[in-house]
Amino acid sequence: MSQQGYVAAPPYSQSQPGIGGFGPPSSSLHYGHYGDPNSSYSAPQPGVSKSTVPFGSSAPVGPPPAGTQFSQTSFQNGPGAPGQQPHRFQGPPPPSNTGPSYPPYSHQSQPAFPNTASTSSTAQLADQLSSMQINNYGPGTIPSPHVSPGHPASLQGPRLPPPTQQQISLPPGSQLPPPPASNVNGLGAQPSLPPMARPGGIPGPVSPNPNLQQLPGQPPGPGYHPQQANYGPPMAGSQLSYPGAFPGGPAQLSGAFPGGPAQLSGPPQKKLDPDSIPSPIQVIENDKAARGGQIYATNTRGQVPPLVTTDCVIQDQGHASPRYIRCTTYCFPCSPATSDMARQARIPLAAVVQPFATVPPNETPLYLVNHGETGPIRCNRCKAYMCPFMQFIEGGRRYQCGFCSCINDVPQFFFQHLDHMGRRMDQYERPELSLGSYEYVATLDYCRNKKPPNPPAYIFMIDVSYRNIKSGLVKLICDELKTLLDKLPREEQEESSAIRVGFVTYNKVLHFFNVKSSLAQPQMMVVTDVAEVFVPLLDGFLVDFEESRSVVTNLLDQIPELFADTNESETIFAPVIQAGMEALKAAECAGKLFIFHSSLPTAEAPGKLRNRDDKKLLGTDKEKTLFQPQGNCYEALARDCVANGCCVNLFLFPNQYVDVASMGLVTMYTGGTLYKYNNFQLDADRSQFLRDLRKDVEKRTGFDATMRVRTSTGFRATDFFGAMYMNNTTDVEMAAIDCDKAVTVEFKHDDKLNEDTGALIQCAVLYTSISGQRRVRIHNIGLNCSSQLADVYRTCETDALINFFAKSAFKAILSQPLKAVRDILMSQTAHMLACYKKNCASPATVSQLILPDTMKVLPVYMNCLLKSCVLLGRPETPTDDRVYQRQLVMAMGVADTQLFFYPLLLPLHSLDLKSDAVPAAIRCAEERLSEAGAFLLANGLHMFLWLGASVSPELIQGLFNVPSFAHIRAEATSLPDLDNPFSKKLKRILEQIQSQKPHTMKLMIVKQQEQPEMIFRQFLVEDKSVYGGASYVDFLFCIHKEISQLLS
Amino acid sequence: MATYLEFIQQNEERDGVRFSWNVWPSSRLEATRMVVPLACLLTPLKERLDLPPVQYEPVLCSRPTCKAVLNPLCQVDYRAKLWACNFCFQRNQFPPAYAGISEVNQPAELMPQFSTIEYIVQRGPQTPLIFLYVVDTCLEEEDLQALKESLQMSLSLLPADALVGLITFGRMIQVHELSCEGISKSYVFRGTKDLTAKQIQDMLGLSRPAVQMQQGRPLQTPEQPVISSRFLQPVHKIDMNLTDLLGELQRDPWPVTQGKRPLRSTGVALSIAVGLLEGTFPNTGARIMLFTGGPPTQGPGMVVGDELKTPIRSWHDIEKDNARFMKKATKHYETLANRTAANGHCIDIYACALDQTGLLEMKCCANLTGGHMVMGDSFNTSLFKQTFQRVFNKGFNGEFRMAFGAHLDVKTSRELKIAGAIGPCISLNAKGPCVSENELGIGGTSQWKICSLDPSTTLAIYFEVVNQHNAPIPQGGRGAVQFVTQYQHSTTQKRIRVTTIARNWADAQSQLQHIEAAFDQEAAAVLMARLGVYRAESEEGPDVLRWLDRQLIRLCQKFGQYNKDDPNSFRLSESFSLYPQFMFHLRRSPFLQVFNNSPDESSYYRHHFARQDLTQSLIMIQPILYAYSFHGPPEPVLLDSSSILPDRILLMDTFFQIVIYLGETIAQWQKAGYQDMPEYENFKHLLQAPLDDAQEILQTRFPMPRYIHTEHGGSQARFLLSKVNPSQTHNNLYAWGQESGAPILTDDVSLQVFMDHLKKLAVSSAA
Repeated sequence: MSQQGYVAAPPYSQSQPGIGGFGPPSSSLHYGHYGDPNSSYSAPQPGVSKSTVPFGSSAPVGPPPAGTQFSQTSFQNGPGAPGQQPHRFQGPPPPSNTGPSYPPYSHQSQPAFPNTASTSSTAQLADQLSSMQINNYGPGTIPSPHVSPGHPASLQGPRLPPPTQQQISLPPGSQLPPPPASNVNGLGAQPSLPPMARPGGIPGPVSPNPNLQQLPGQPPGPGYHPQQANYGPPMAGSQLSYPGAFPGGPAQLSGAFPGGPAQLSGPPQKKLDPDSIPSPIQVIENDKAARGGQIYATNTRGQVPPLVTTDCVIQDQGHASPRYIRCTTYCFPCSPATSDMARQARIPLAAVVQPFATVPPNETPLYLVNHGETGPIRCNRCKAYMCPFMQFIEGGRRYQCGFCSCINDVPQFFFQHLDHMGRRMDQYERPELSLGSYEYVATLDYCRNKKPPNPPAYIFMIDVSYRNIKSGLVKLICDELKTLLDKLPREEQEESSAIRVGFVTYNKVLHFFNVKSSLAQPQMMVVTDVAEVFVPLLDGFLVDFEESRSVVTNLLDQIPELFADTNESETIFAPVIQAGMEALKAAECAGKLFIFHSSLPTAEAPGKLRNRDDKKLLGTDKEKTLFQPQGNCYEALARDCVANGCCVNLFLFPNQYVDVASMGLVTMYTGGTLYKYNNFQLDADRSQFLRDLRKDVEKRTGFDATMRVRTSTGFRATDFFGAMYMNNTTDVEMAAIDCDKAVTVEFKHDDKLNEDTGALIQCAVLYTSISGQRRVRIHNIGLNCSSQLADVYRTCETDALINFFAKSAFKAILSQPLKAVRDILMSQTAHMLACYKKNCASPATVSQLILPDTMKVLPVYMNCLLKSCVLLGRPETPTDDRVYQRQLVMAMGVADTQLFFYPLLLPLHSLDLKSDAVPAAIRCAEERLSEAGAFLLANGLHMFLWLGASVSPELIQGLFNVPSFAHIRAEATSLPDLDNPFSKKLKRILEQIQSQKPHTMKLMIVKQQEQPEMIFRQFLVEDKSVYGGASYVDFLFCIHKEISQLLS
Repeated sequence: MATYLEFIQQNEERDGVRFSWNVWPSSRLEATRMVVPLACLLTPLKERLDLPPVQYEPVLCSRPTCKAVLNPLCQVDYRAKLWACNFCFQRNQFPPAYAGISEVNQPAELMPQFSTIEYIVQRGPQTPLIFLYVVDTCLEEEDLQALKESLQMSLSLLPADALVGLITFGRMIQVHELSCEGISKSYVFRGTKDLTAKQIQDMLGLSRPAVQMQQGRPLQTPEQPVISSRFLQPVHKIDMNLTDLLGELQRDPWPVTQGKRPLRSTGVALSIAVGLLEGTFPNTGARIMLFTGGPPTQGPGMVVGDELKTPIRSWHDIEKDNARFMKKATKHYETLANRTAANGHCIDIYACALDQTGLLEMKCCANLTGGHMVMGDSFNTSLFKQTFQRVFNKGFNGEFRMAFGAHLDVKTSRELKIAGAIGPCISLNAKGPCVSENELGIGGTSQWKICSLDPSTTLAIYFEVVNQHNAPIPQGGRGAVQFVTQYQHSTTQKRIRVTTIARNWADAQSQLQHIEAAFDQEAAAVLMARLGVYRAESEEGPDVLRWLDRQLIRLCQKFGQYNKDDPNSFRLSESFSLYPQFMFHLRRSPFLQVFNNSPDESSYYRHHFARQDLTQSLIMIQPILYAYSFHGPPEPVLLDSSSILPDRILLMDTFFQIVIYLGETIAQWQKAGYQDMPEYENFKHLLQAPLDDAQEILQTRFPMPRYIHTEHGGSQARFLLSKVNPSQTHNNLYAWGQESGAPILTDDVSLQVFMDHLKKLAVSSAA
C-alpha cells in the first residue's frame, strides 16, 4: 500500500499535516469540519456520539443554529432511517419548516430576498399562450403531430392563476432545501440545493420578472388578452409546432407586444419575454455563486454535486468525485413495483462515468493500494472490490458485501479490529475503506496471458500521399514530433516515459521504419502486400525515444523529403490500422496509433471505401445508413484492435467526403479520439492541429482497459454508451481510455430498492498504466433511494440527463429513423415533466407548465439536442460533420456535452480588466448581442469572435491592432499578441476556456452582417435555427402542449 | 596408338571437343552395337589464348532449316563466289563484303586452323551484367559477419558498371532499394505467401512503366533507367551505400524459441528475386546469388518444418516416401528454375551449414540455369570465402570467366542425329531434321540454352548414327558436326563461337580395329557416367548400377579378346584397358552411391559432375593419389589400399576433397618433432612437398575443395580409406600374407574381384 502518496494527500494533510496518516484524532477533527453528518447519515452506523465532536470545531464556518438544528434531527431520527432523514424532517410542514431552517443559508447568497421567494423553486409557464396560439393558427397552420385536436380543451384550463398564487403552485417537494448537502458540506457556506431552487424564482439582475416565470393564461375565449403584456412579450404562436419551420424567426422576439385582438387574424406578432423563461445562464451563475470556489466533500450518500460549470474543490470522503461519476439523479425511485413510479417518471437512471477524468492540482490524485501478490480484495460472490460500502462484522473477521450482501472472510493480512462503533481501526489509513476512488495494483491474474504487460507504445502513422505532402502537413507533423516526443506522459516518479514510439508512413503501401538506436540511419521497410498486411520488423520498430533520439530525428527530417516528389494520391486505411495493431501485437503491448489521414481510401485494399454520401437520404428512413459503416471490414478490425489493446487516434484532414462513419468506427470502438480539420490550411489550422496533437500525445491514458460496473441488488447496469466496445453485456472494453472519455451507463430496476441501503455503484476499470503497470481503478458512489417521486426529481441533474439523452439518441440513430428518435426524445421529455406535474405539483397549476427546479433548463437543452445537426439533417451540413459530431458526443463527459449543446457566449466589450474573472456568460440568442459589442462563443469544437458593426474602435484597436472594423481580417484564426490589458485578458480567457476542452477550438472571426455570420447563428441555440429547429420558446410551447395532452 | 591420343588431345585443345569415338561406325546398327554411344564432351567456351575473335557477322547458309555457319569444311567456288554448305549442300552466295575473296585471300573462317572461331556481333542494346545477392539472415552472428565481409569484398571484384541488387530474407523478405540517400529503404514481403511475377512487380512498383509503355512510346525510354535504378544499381554508384547496408545487416530479429529452427523463407525470397529480374531485365546476363545458411522452413519451397525435433529428410526417408515437403518444394524450385532459365538468368546457391540446407530440392535452380552450387560448413571458412571470390576470377585476358545466356545450336550432317545433351542447360525445343527420336539426356531438340557458363563448363552431347546399313558411306567420307554458341560475353558483348568438327566414317564390320583404336576411353567413361548420373536422378540406384554393369559387360563382350567361357583368356586392347577400372570407381562414387551421403551432398556432387570438363570429371570418378617418400620423387600411385604404406605421405585429390595422409611412421616422426631438427631438414621438406602441391590444386579449383590433413589412424583418414580400392580388407588380410598396405574395413568388393566377375560374365556364352 502506498503510504507515501497517502500522506501527501491534501485532504488529510490539510487537517493534520504533521501526522501523516489516518490517525483517529486527525480524522475526527477532520470530520468535524467536513465529515460529521456523514457519520450520522450514511450507513447504519450510529452517528450519535460522533456528532458531538464536530460541533465544537465547526463553529467558524457555518451558523451554529443550522447545525444544531440538524444534528438534533439526526438525534431524533436515529440510525434507523439515516438516508431519508432530510425529507422526513422537512417534508411535512413545508412552509413553516423552511422558514426557520432557511434564513441562515440564504443570507449569504440572496440576503435581501424574502422567504417566500426562496421557496419558489419551480418554473412555471402558463399555457395560455400555447392555447391561444392554437386559437390563432389552429388548423390553419402546418399540422404538427404535437397539435392534437383535443388541445383546445386545455384552453379552459389556464384560469390565470394570479401572480400571488405562485407560492401555492409550488410542488411541496421542491420547496425543500436539501439540508444534507448544505449542512454537511459547508455548514452554510455551500447551500447546494437551495440556491438552485431560488434562481428560478428570484429575479436576477437581468430578469425583470418576478420570481415565477409564470405566464398566466388568458381568459377563455378566442381573443388574446392584453393582460399578457404584464408578463412580457409572448412568443409568436406558430412556433408551437415543433420542429416545424416558423417564418417569423427569432428576430421578431425583440418587437414589443402589440396586444389586442387584431392578433387573431394577423400574422403572429406576439412576443414572450425571453427573460421570463428559465435561463440556463441564470442557473449556472446561481450555482456558481452558491457553490463556486468552495469545498465539496463527498461524504454523504445521494448528495447532489455542484453543476459541471461550477468550479469547486472536491474532497473524496467516501464517494467518487463528481469529476469521475455524475448521475442523472442522485435518488433512485425505490421500485417500479410500488407505484409504477419509475416507469411513469421516465427519468432515466444513468451515471456518466469518466474514470480517468483530470483532477485539478489542488485535489488529491488517486491513491494506489498494493496488496502484493494477493491482489485486490474482492467479494467472493459478486467480485466487487473492497470499498467503503463493505460492512465489517464479527469483530472484523468478516465483512458483508455492500453489493450482494455476501459474507466474506477477511484475509489474514487485512484483518483489523473494529472500534466501538464497529468501524475498523484503520479505516482512515486505508483508501479502499474510506475513499470513493482509489487504485489497486493488479496481480498477474489480471494480465493478458498472465504475463506482466509491457509499457504501451505510440505509433505515428502518417499519410504521405500527394495531398498531405503538398499541404505541408507531413512536414508539420514531423517537425512537431521532434519536440513532442519529449513530452510523452510518464508516471510522476519516473524520470522518463516508458512509452515506446514507432513510425509508419503510407500511401497505398505501408512504410515501416527501423529506428533502432544502434543504426547510423533509419531503415525504411515497404510493405506492399496490403491485402494481408504484416509487420516487417520487430526489433527497432518500437523504440525508446530517448535512446533513439538521433535516428528518430534523422528520420523525421527525412520523411518530408523522401516523399517530396510523390504523385501517389490513392491511399489505404484499414491495412494501416491493421499494421499498427499487428505491430503492437507482435511487441506484446497495448498502445495508441496516431493516424494522420486525408482522403477517402480508394486504393485496392481491404477497407476500400467509395463515396456513398447521398443528400437524398436526408429525412428518409435510410438516413441512418449514413451513420453506419460501409461493409463489415472496419467492425471486424475494431474488434481485433480492442482485443489487442490497440487504440486508434485519427486525425482527418479531408477536403471532401471521407466517410467518417466508416473510417472513424475503429477510433470509436477503441476509445480513441477523432479529430477532423476540414480543408486544412497550414497557416490557418496549424495551431489548432498542433495543439490537439500535443494534448493527445501528452494525455494521461489507461490502456487495454476493461470496465465493469457493479451495483447493489435491485438494479443493474443495462446499457452503455461511449467510445468503447462490448463483447458481452457486462464488460466495457476499451483499448484505451483517456481523461476526456466518459461512458454513460444506464441502469434499470430489477427489484425493489431499499431506502436504507440506497443504491450503490462500483465502477472498476482494469487497465495498464503508462508505465506498463496493471491496475484497477475503482470509483464508488452511493445514491439514495426513495419512494417519493419528489425526491427523485429533486436530485436530478439536467446536465447528466442531457448527456444521457444525447448518447442514447445518437446511438439509436444507427438503427432507427431519425424522426422516430426525435419523437422519442420529445415524448420522454414530456413524460418526465408531465409526471412531475401530476405527482409533485399542486393541482392548482394544472394548466401551467411546471418544471421541476432541477430540470428547469431541460427544455432548452433538450431543444438544443433535438436541433443539433446530428439529429436534424440538412443538406447544408456535410454528412461527415454530422457523423463526426455524433462520434464526439458519444465519448463526451457531462461538462463537454453541456458546453457542446449550449455554447458559452461571453460579452467581451464589457470586460472588467481589473479582475481575473471570466465575464458572466449570456444566453445564446441573437437579441442578446448588440451592435456595439464583441462576443465570444465557444462550444468545445468551434469558437467565434463576433464583432458588432458598431463596436468601438478602441476595442478593435486593442484586439486586432487595426484602426477600424473594416480593417479586420476575418480570415484570421488567431488574435495577435498585443501588449495591452484588453488583449491579454482576452487571451487569458481564451486559454482558460480552451484548457478544459479535449478538442482545440479554431477561432473564427465573424463580423456582423457578413457571410460567416450564418454559421455563427447556428450556435445561437435559443433562437430558431436557420436550418430548421425550433427556438427555445417554441419548444416550450410545444412541450407544454405535449404535457397537457399527456395529463388530460 | 599414340597418334590417336595426340589427335584427341589436339582436338580437345583446339575445339574443346572430345568424342567417345573418333572414327564413327557408318551404320545405325553397328553404332548401337558399339555399346558406348557416339557422343562428345563439348566445352563451348574453352579458353583459347590463340583465338582472337573476329569483328564481323558469321556467314550463314541460306537454307532456313539449316543456317549453318560457313566453315573450313565447306566447298568454296572462289570464282563464282559461291560456297556449299557441308551440312545441307545448299549453294550460297557470299555476301557483298566477301567480294575480294580468293584462294590466297581467305577469310579466317575458311582456314583449317579456325575450325573454332569466335565472332563479335552487334546485337541489341548492351546491358551491364547484373548480380542480385539473395542473403539469408538467419545465420549465426559469426557466419553472418563473415558473409557480410565476403559480400562487401565482392563489390570490389564486380565490373564497375555491373548492376547489383540485394535481397535479404529470414522470416520475411526484404528487397533493398539501393539508390536512397540518408535512409535505407527496402520492400518487405511475407515469407509464407507465394506471389506471381505480376504481383511482385506490382508490389515493387515495377509495373507502372509497363502501363505507360502501352500508353505512349516516348515515355518508356526515360522511364526505363528509373526502374532499374531502384533495386539494381551500378556498383560504382552505390558502392559505399551498399557496403554500409551490408555492414548494418542484422540477424533476423524474430525470436526463435528453444527447439525451433529459424523461419527461413528461401522459397519466396528466390521467387521474388526471379520475379524482380524477370520484370526488369529479361534476357540479359544476370546472376541471382543465393546465400543460405539452413533449410527453408516456411512458405512455398519449405523443406522442413521449424520443429527441431523433426530432422530434415534423409535418403532413408525419401526411399520410404517419408519426405513430406520434398515433392512440393522441388516443384516450387523447378518452376522458378524454369522461369529463370526462360529469362536467361542464372541462380547460384551458396549453402553453408552443418546440416542439410535443402540442396536436393533447390538443385534444379543451379542445374537448369548453369548457376554455381557451393556447399560448405560455414560462411566463416576459407572454403566458402575463396570459392566465392573465385566466382569473380578473371581469365588470362583480364575478362571474367563467366558468360551468360548462351544458345547452343548443334548441326549435324545427314548421317547423324542429335539424341540429347547432359549439362547445365535446358532445352529450347528446337525440333529439326537433325533431332533424333531417341532421347539421351535432355533431348528432342537441337538447341539448348545455357544461362550461365564459364570456360570449363562442359556439356555431354549424344548423337545417333542414322545412316542405314544398306546405304554405305563412301570410303573417306566424313561426318561433320557444327556447334554454334551465341552468348553474352562478360564484357556484355554478344559473341558467337562456332566449332565445326569432322570425323571419318568407318564400316564397323570391316574396319572395327580403326574404330576400336579411335576409342577415347576417358571421354567414354565420363559420357557413360553422365548418362548414369542423369538416370540416377530419376531412377532407383540399383537399377542404374545394373544398367552400367550391363553396358560394361556388353562393351567387354564386343571389344574384348577372349575365348568363350574362359575368363583367363580375356584381354582388352590398350584403348579400352582403363575403362573397366573407371566403371569400378564410378560404381563406388558418391554420384551413384547414396550411402553415407545426405541427399544434399548427393545433389551437390552430381551437380558438379554434370558440368565439369573431362579431366575434372575423371578425377571425380577416380581420384588421383600421389605418394611422397624418401624412396624417390613424388609419384602417382594406384588408388588402392596397397598404396597406403607407413613411410609414405599420400595426397589424394577427389575434386571435392584434398586429403593429405601421413603414413604411420611418418606421423610418428612428425610427432617426435624431427622436422624441426636441422639434421632432418629433408624430412621437413618431405612434409612440405604435398602441402605445396595441395596448395596448387586448391588455388585453381572451383569450387574450392575441402582440405583435409590427416594421418594414419586419424578419423579423417576415412576420406582416403573410402576411396581406395579395398584390395586388402579384414576379410582377406591374412590370406594375402604380410604384404604392405593397410586393410580397409569394408565388405565392398575390390577391383580384383570386380574384374574377375567382369571377365567371367564377359566370356560367358550365356550372357
